[in-house]
Amino acid sequence: MRNIFLFIRRFSNFLLFLVLQIIAITFLVRYNKSHEAAFMGVAGEVTGKISERYTNVNNYFGLKETNDALVKENTRLRNLLKDNYQSPDTTQRFVIDSIRVDSLLRIQKFKYYDAPVAGNFISNQNNYITIHRGANQGVKKDWGVISAQGIVGRVVNVGPNFSVVMSALHRQFSVNAMLKKGGERGSVYWDGESPLFLYLKDIPKSAQVQKGDTVLTSTVSDIYPPGIMVGTIAEIINEKSSNFYKLKLKTATAFSTIQYVTVIEDLQKEERSQVEKEVKKN
Amino acid sequence: MSPLLKNIVRFALFILLQVFVLHQVRPLHQFVVPYLYFLYILWLPFNMKRGMLMFVSLLFGLTLDYFLKTPGLHAAPCVLIAYIRPFLVNQLISQEGAEQNYASPSVKSMGWAPYATLVVITTVLHHSYLVFLEWMQFDNFWFFAGKVLATSAVSLLLIFITELLFFRKEKFRTNTA
Repeated sequence: MRNIFLFIRRFSNFLLFLVLQIIAITFLVRYNKSHEAAFMGVAGEVTGKISERYTNVNNYFGLKETNDALVKENTRLRNLLKDNYQSPDTTQRFVIDSIRVDSLLRIQKFKYYDAPVAGNFISNQNNYITIHRGANQGVKKDWGVISAQGIVGRVVNVGPNFSVVMSALHRQFSVNAMLKKGGERGSVYWDGESPLFLYLKDIPKSAQVQKGDTVLTSTVSDIYPPGIMVGTIAEIINEKSSNFYKLKLKTATAFSTIQYVTVIEDLQKEERSQVEKEVKKN
Repeated sequence: MSPLLKNIVRFALFILLQVFVLHQVRPLHQFVVPYLYFLYILWLPFNMKRGMLMFVSLLFGLTLDYFLKTPGLHAAPCVLIAYIRPFLVNQLISQEGAEQNYASPSVKSMGWAPYATLVVITTVLHHSYLVFLEWMQFDNFWFFAGKVLATSAVSLLLIFITELLFFRKEKFRTNTA
């Protein structure tokens, strides 16, 4: 017993070092898995407020770019005003009554909320964006986030007034996307190297791909509406051993200068996940 | 200003500088992330107990992590260099009893060459561990090596400039005073 105490006393510094290392690594591993860490809620509010002060000043330097992006987005939206709505399948409806049923009735599927960016980093391996809209303003976990130019990320942590968004520039980020031309689907990920480029994998070699082609979010994506810009093809990587292309994409969103984002609520999400879960159960 | 107050002010300044200046710089190259914040740990006084040194470093690293939303990623390397620092200082210090005569490691208290060695070793250790944690899977060794080297080079340049700009006048303390 005495020896144990002597040992602990002798190596107390080393043991403390090990304990502190374990604390730090545990934080890191847990956060990478669940995006929750001790004191993150309190710390998020404090760092969010400080970051917002900085961003308020910094935003003045990017006003021109923001305006340009907004004008372009408005023009684009005017061209597709009806696309946020989907029509129910009316071909199966069995109508006995002679009263006319409005077959053009549309159900809203996506709802948009704007949010200013409070903090934004792009130089890490796992990048996060803090936005000034939280649970008090109706944000929930796993909502999609886009900018005027294209996709930005996914909400991973919600505080009362601030939320943390996992940026597309994150090693764990993944989203289903399609080629605009042929509709072939694949998944988008980031390799952690350059914040200007994403990768799209699993595109069959039968697809016609060309440099400069547009890549959009697909219809099966569970957080984004279809047809949101992801990027344009910058390089086609032809892996000889597989039947799939890997495409290097130039991101549509300029991640370093985002000032405002749009958070997207999928109103039919619960129904979708419930239906999918029931299938898995059987 | 008392040493405690000075170090608290430094704590805040280093964090703010790292988060709002150096991390806002557009990436120059995929290898380069300008880090300077860990200089705070090198500037902590000689007479701090090792346990206290490591504890302050953990707190310092975590504070940065909460800003960058990467809890633990910077805290672990900070604790490592805080643990290593006393070893290195003991090995490198040339003047007899300099730890007692001066307050904290600097060019003046340790001399140019030993202080530079201390800075280089801690910088490389810090970055190696940090990049190692970021890239737990070693799928690309050259990326790892390149990033450590490039980031260390930029950090050393920044530290050099900081030391020139903010030359710390260390007072020589004697036992008789």
